Amino acid sequence: MARIDLVDLAHSYGGNDAPVESFALKPVTMTWRQGGAYALLGPSGCGKTTLLNLISGIVTPSRGKILFDGADITPLSTQKRNIAQVFQFPVIYDTMTVGENLAFPLKNRGVPRAEIDTRVRQIADLLDLTPNLGRKATRLTADAKQKISLGRGLVRSDVAAVLFDEPLTVIDPELKWQLRSKLKALHRELDLTMIYVTHDQTEALTFADTVVVMHDGRVVQSGTPAELFDKPEHTFVGYFIGSPGMNIVPASVSGHEARIDGHVIGLQRDYGALPAGANIEIGVRPEFVHVAAPAAGLLSATIERIDDLGRVRFARVRIGDAKFAARVPPGFSVPDNNVGLVFDPARVHVYADSRLVEGVA
Amino acid sequence: MDKTVNQKAWFLVLPVFLVVAFSAILPLMTVVNYSMQDTFGNNQFFWNGVGWFKELLDPSTDLGGRFLASLGRNLLFSAIILAIEVPLGIVVALSMPRQGWTVAASLVILALPLLIPWNVVGTIWQIFGRPDIGLLGYTLNGLGIDYNYVSNEFDAWATVIVMDVWHWTSLVALLCYAGLKSIPDAYYQAAQIDGASRWAVFKAIQLPKMNRVLLIAVLLRFMDSFMIYTEPFVVTGGGPGNSTTFVSIELVKIALGQFDLGKAAALSLVYNLIILIVCWIFYTVMTNAGAERPEKQGGA
Repeated sequence: MARIDLVDLAHSYGGNDAPVESFALKPVTMTWRQGGAYALLGPSGCGKTTLLNLISGIVTPSRGKILFDGADITPLSTQKRNIAQVFQFPVIYDTMTVGENLAFPLKNRGVPRAEIDTRVRQIADLLDLTPNLGRKATRLTADAKQKISLGRGLVRSDVAAVLFDEPLTVIDPELKWQLRSKLKALHRELDLTMIYVTHDQTEALTFADTVVVMHDGRVVQSGTPAELFDKPEHTFVGYFIGSPGMNIVPASVSGHEARIDGHVIGLQRDYGALPAGANIEIGVRPEFVHVAAPAAGLLSATIERIDDLGRVRFARVRIGDAKFAARVPPGFSVPDNNVGLVFDPARVHVYADSRLVEGVA
Repeated sequence: MDKTVNQKAWFLVLPVFLVVAFSAILPLMTVVNYSMQDTFGNNQFFWNGVGWFKELLDPSTDLGGRFLASLGRNLLFSAIILAIEVPLGIVVALSMPRQGWTVAASLVILALPLLIPWNVVGTIWQIFGRPDIGLLGYTLNGLGIDYNYVSNEFDAWATVIVMDVWHWTSLVALLCYAGLKSIPDAYYQAAQIDGASRWAVFKAIQLPKMNRVLLIAVLLRFMDSFMIYTEPFVVTGGGPGNSTTFVSIELVKIALGQFDLGKAAALSLVYNLIILIVCWIFYTVMTNAGAERPEKQGGA
């Protein structure tokens, strides 16, 4: 149980002298509070596993420090860090029973027998492993094996944090939901700091109260799922989160107006002071743009296709060369390929060189 | 659809059948034939029924005494070299480098003894151990240790065992190394995180992951040491006395030394049978060890 501080933490597999641009993890400073549920979200190769391995001590950082409750633990070995980690693929001690597997981390730390028993029983109960406690772990399915791995991560009550490295990769989709909500429940029950690495946004958004989005070795935004959805601080967050992702289109912005293709869209805030020479784009989630019959005053677009997602339909349209997605209001029947787009001005964000620009109210 | 009947297909099997017949079946049947007869040379044979087999299993007769004594020596020899080579091979495999150019270097060095022909190994050690000109024998005697594998039974055994360990530990080590290399890094990382000691890592991860290759190593080393002939024959010639006369050496003595073809044939059949039985036991154990497939778990 600890607060975790990362101070200028960076790592390069090519050594410290490599250019910063090539670092697997570019310098990051952030604080994770005790008892929080965090998700590190990003595409493959974005540095999230590197960050996790730095925290657990499997990898030693090229630069910077990691503090647990203010104490510098950067030079400490994995054993001394008091961390639990669950890996992508189940790790099972073949010769042991399920119960012995769960007890292993406690036994290695000299926890008294009676305490081990209660703790193992409790964890087995939470993970529905009780009927298998006496069985050899090798004979179980991949799902059950991964549950044992999870259990070994959760069995110690004194850990600073439990780290999960895409733990549900091998699990069937149906069980994934169950296990995910189970993890969430375990988090509430056990009051452990949990850090969860994934490239699946649903997984991250359902599990975590704070999602840390990573891209190309950088932390691009850290916030609640709602913040990531409503106010992406980076265009990457915009299109990586959400399905379909945010529309990002080049535009020229001045004052309260954005211009796309010569057409003016009203903005809620005033963007007077945009950095000169920056690449200006506006971003708006498909949920906050809808198609309507073409009319004067509406940005006109051509429909390419309509995606029917069941409860909601999205139109894939084209504005000049730019691709765009917009909601199709219920009951709206598309007359022909030409439509107008209606924007919700409060939801249109302005980005300069991919970073969010806060306008002045 | 009608099946085409074409008995000519049997001709395709004929070459293999002929080769097997001449290379295996006929010689084996000749041996079976000899084992039921006695000969006094001159190509004269007399029917003896199962007489040789009865004698073979009766320690009070000359043949039985020699066979059972050499069998005992052979089993003791196999037990000793297994007890040394398997743990030593594991230790060597564990201490081998995991990456870098040293991997290739140590693999080559380990493989070297395996490439040396058996009689050359025997000759190397025969000369190496000689008290007058051998480096080992001369040094030991120079240090005040009375070492002479020609006259002392214990020294002879020690020489033969050390020679076998030198020759074959590499095989166990290489097999174990292959087993160790197949363990994913995540296991070691998980063990680190679980706070496992070096010994616990060995017991919980490395040994279980190596057990398939260890079984193969034990099987190979047992069979090889049980059939050992060349090296002890070159070094000690089975002596002093009969102290290093193993079953194969005894067999050659009877067959070629005394030309007792009947006795030798009976002995080799029993010898063969023992090897077959041991192979079958190992095979059964190994296939069962591999048959542990995950089964559906109840509940959950």
